[in-house]
Amino acid sequence: MRVLVTVKFTPDLQSHRSFTDGAVTRIGDDGSMNELDENAVEAAMQVVEAHGEGEVIALTVGGADAVAAVRKALQLGATQAFHVSDDAIAGSDVFGTAAVLAAAIRTIDSQQPLDLVVTGMAALDGLTSMLPTALVAHLDWPQLTLASALEVDGATRTATIRRDLPDAHETVSAPLPAVVSVTDEANKPRYPNFKLIMAARSIPVTTWSLADLGIEASAVGASAARTRVLDASPRPPRENRQVVTDTGNGGTALAAFLIERGLA
Amino acid sequence: MTVAVLAEHRHGTLGGPTLEALTLARTLGTPVVVWLGDAPHADDVARLGAYGATEVRVVDTGATGRIPAVAAAALEAATADVDVVVVISTFVNKETVTRYAMATGAGVVVDASGAQRVDGAIVTEQTVFAATWNIRTRIEAPRAVVGVRPNTTRAVPVDQPLTPTVVEVPFSAPAVRETLVAVEAVVPDQGIALDEAPVVVSGGRGTGGDYTLIREFADLLGGAVGASRDATDEGWIGHEHMVGQTGTTVTPALYVACGISGAVHHRGGMQASGTIVAVNMDPDAPIFEIADFGVVGSLFDVLPQAMAAIREHRGQ
Repeated sequence: MRVLVTVKFTPDLQSHRSFTDGAVTRIGDDGSMNELDENAVEAAMQVVEAHGEGEVIALTVGGADAVAAVRKALQLGATQAFHVSDDAIAGSDVFGTAAVLAAAIRTIDSQQPLDLVVTGMAALDGLTSMLPTALVAHLDWPQLTLASALEVDGATRTATIRRDLPDAHETVSAPLPAVVSVTDEANKPRYPNFKLIMAARSIPVTTWSLADLGIEASAVGASAARTRVLDASPRPPRENRQVVTDTGNGGTALAAFLIERGLA
Repeated sequence: MTVAVLAEHRHGTLGGPTLEALTLARTLGTPVVVWLGDAPHADDVARLGAYGATEVRVVDTGATGRIPAVAAAALEAATADVDVVVVISTFVNKETVTRYAMATGAGVVVDASGAQRVDGAIVTEQTVFAATWNIRTRIEAPRAVVGVRPNTTRAVPVDQPLTPTVVEVPFSAPAVRETLVAVEAVVPDQGIALDEAPVVVSGGRGTGGDYTLIREFADLLGGAVGASRDATDEGWIGHEHMVGQTGTTVTPALYVACGISGAVHHRGGMQASGTIVAVNMDPDAPIFEIADFGVVGSLFDVLPQAMAAIREHRGQ
């Protein structure tokens, strides 16, 4: 099984962030692979391990710091890494980002066919969780998204997932190659071990520009985005906050607060 | 300007957020409702009319209606004359509208808390980054899709209820490669869905796995039961109760966090709630930083006393 995982660089969730001219500015450089992408790498590793052959390939798109995301994937067991980086990509919306990822996936697939693409369910710093579906639509592959469980049958070349939705648990299957997004319920991601960390250091990361993938710069980036952030402002802290220590009447105080606010 | 609202219905019954979305849609143009699946009951059509729907467009999506590509194609079939589509911002609807946007060129904002027309274009409001920032976004594409969070618009009926025309939209589902092998309905353990509840009472590690008081308090306040990631990981309560960025994002009028420290992933799923109340043994718990009212103490002492006081106030 050849399984490609898309991963995203995200800043430390606790770090400070701000907006400048509609774009996200991260203060501080503490960042790594999006935490939910660890579930995607783990799912990909488990598919390869279950079939006893194959490899996991990591792909990211983003600025120079984004290479940290594929490096993390290598430490978790991926054996090839690709990084699409181009100034023209900055400011892309989800459709632009998906177009770049899809072009890179098609290029990799044309060199040696892929069986599966796995993504995380969302980026914890993101403004959407639309990327997996946008990627599916760009690739025109079957969609197996929001999987809390994944099984791949090599003999029938079929992937089957479980989707836990608010109104129903679905079991959905589709022929390979397919795109799967996994939730944080799908598995417990492994920790990188020393051997893999050392091995990952010697694996080169292939860097591609838009031109390498045959994408016009005008098709992506801020100018092609269908939405534009007009302004951003930090939410004001809640005012008049009260914290009381329960010395025997904490519950009564809580009830009084709710009654006063008309909430009880 | 025709604005389409995608009706949210579970187990055949209209969901509350649809009326909120309809209330918002009225400020953006003439609202019509798109209803995917089996035709709505007459009383649901009447409710939609009471909130301003001029038309209910029913698309029978057939056996494959739960497949995202089919739902998106059905929405497209029902919205040829529409320039704004309003949906409830659920994980499923995000899939539907992403495919819809890929097919129609629409611009999409999800997890919005509001929207308005400014010089003809749709401008949305969102809270982002674990609800620490407010942003306003303009949709530049000719067609706009807005995914709104439940409880962000108060549903208000129109002065004169309308009698919507029910129109059946011709539709033949596209061929898909995905196969629905099984669909097992989830029976909600309470009448009220977590993401739609006006009040959410959540329990975390501090419950030690005992949700009796949490459920009792939720019942008393007419709310739903939530949980932290710690609690669902322990198996104390089902994952469908998990409040947080990867579980359910809630924005109730009142959120009560009991025995929950307030990790960043949890806060991201509830920080935009109206009033936040916290009960926790640890005075340094981060949840107190965002709580309007906090009690440092044991939920096993505080909740029974609070419930007794509320019942007394109500004369129960």
